[in-house]
Amino acid sequence: MKKIYANATEALDGLLRDDMLIAAGGFGLCGIPERLLEAIKESGVKDLTFASNNAGVDDFGIGILLQTRQVKKMMSSYVGENDEFMRQYLAGELEIEFNPQGTLAERMRAGGCGIPGFYTKTGVGTQVAEGKELKDFDGETYVLEEGIFADLSIVKAWKADETGNAIFRKTARNFNPPAAMCGKVCVMEVEEIVPTGSLDPDHIHLPGIYVHRLIQGEHEKRIEQRTVRQKEGA
Amino acid sequence: MPWDRNQMAERAAQELEDGMYVNLGIGIPTLVANYVGDKDITLQSENGMLGMGPFPFEGEEDPDLINAGKQTITEMDRTAYFDSAQSFGMIRGGKIAAAILGAMEVAENGDLANWMIPGKLVKGMGGAMDLVAGVGRVVVVMDHTNKHGASKVLKECTLPLTGAGVVDLIISNLGVLEVVEGGLRIVETAPDVTEDDIRAATEATIL
Repeated sequence: MKKIYANATEALDGLLRDDMLIAAGGFGLCGIPERLLEAIKESGVKDLTFASNNAGVDDFGIGILLQTRQVKKMMSSYVGENDEFMRQYLAGELEIEFNPQGTLAERMRAGGCGIPGFYTKTGVGTQVAEGKELKDFDGETYVLEEGIFADLSIVKAWKADETGNAIFRKTARNFNPPAAMCGKVCVMEVEEIVPTGSLDPDHIHLPGIYVHRLIQGEHEKRIEQRTVRQKEGA
Repeated sequence: MPWDRNQMAERAAQELEDGMYVNLGIGIPTLVANYVGDKDITLQSENGMLGMGPFPFEGEEDPDLINAGKQTITEMDRTAYFDSAQSFGMIRGGKIAAAILGAMEVAENGDLANWMIPGKLVKGMGGAMDLVAGVGRVVVVMDHTNKHGASKVLKECTLPLTGAGVVDLIISNLGVLEVVEGGLRIVETAPDVTEDDIRAATEATIL
């Protein structure tokens, strides 16, 4: 059971094809699989559909795949930070399926748990529910949303052991666990691979069963909105 | 005189009770955190955090620690982190007592529109639809009229909905209105604003 690969390109070898569905972790630019996105760009694979909360910015995150026109469709909740995205979207070159953020997360989690559909109150009475099955439970109306079963998951964690048991750091966890769970194959990049046995089993956020291939990489970890407060008296 | 942004936030803070877990939207709702006083309020950030602290001091920003507006923030002693599925599980599951958020339009039946204007750039609903459908109480903070002077408190929303029948309370620059059976009820007026002033600025039915 060798999960560790030398780099992102090797870790993705044999997994990429045109027109595939990729689930990606990250919220904004926080906790995104930087190295794997770069390797996907270099591979030249195209007509991709991404299930990802956001679409990065013009020159970082999924944005780098928009520049090269490798993305056909986005399944996202918010895409406001990306000019190239908006240009392609308004020109009809890029399809978008807006999902409420929690519905997107639960669709990933459900897919990973073998649940093809679930009912939620979110979006009932809005455009999101149009064309979908409605059902009443206890006098309240719910809408049927479908689990996401991705061809590939690309995620980023802080640390993992050699078996893929992973720990995330602060709000960089976000969509990474549900995205990891919903792919047929999951490739994870981490800041540090540590020896198996050195992580406390009680502290594992994502068990290695969900992780098939693993790389250690350097991460830029760009900040999207740097906000600070002044020290008193300063 | 109508309330300004900070006064609206201060009034909204009065809706929060000791011990509540609360989600604050972007804009005026964010300012509510400045007015909770001695009340023990835990702020949720829907990207995966309970116990959101203030902005960091310069040089202490952490790219792994942001709020739902993608701003750098800090953690507190009570902070807990979790993934997006669990975050919206607690929202959808009704564990978050209240959400305070902005709006483009609110209707007398509690319908809320705040995510898209047809024909204009659509950026997405983010977590707003999940929040308004799931939390215990939805408080809208917004100006009573738009920049053309037209009412934002309507009989029916004209914009695509974020949620149907979800709003409990409206705090505008003119006062506070509660959504009740059959329409809206004026709870409070801003200083020197009369109930007639509110009625004149409101298209919705006021009981």
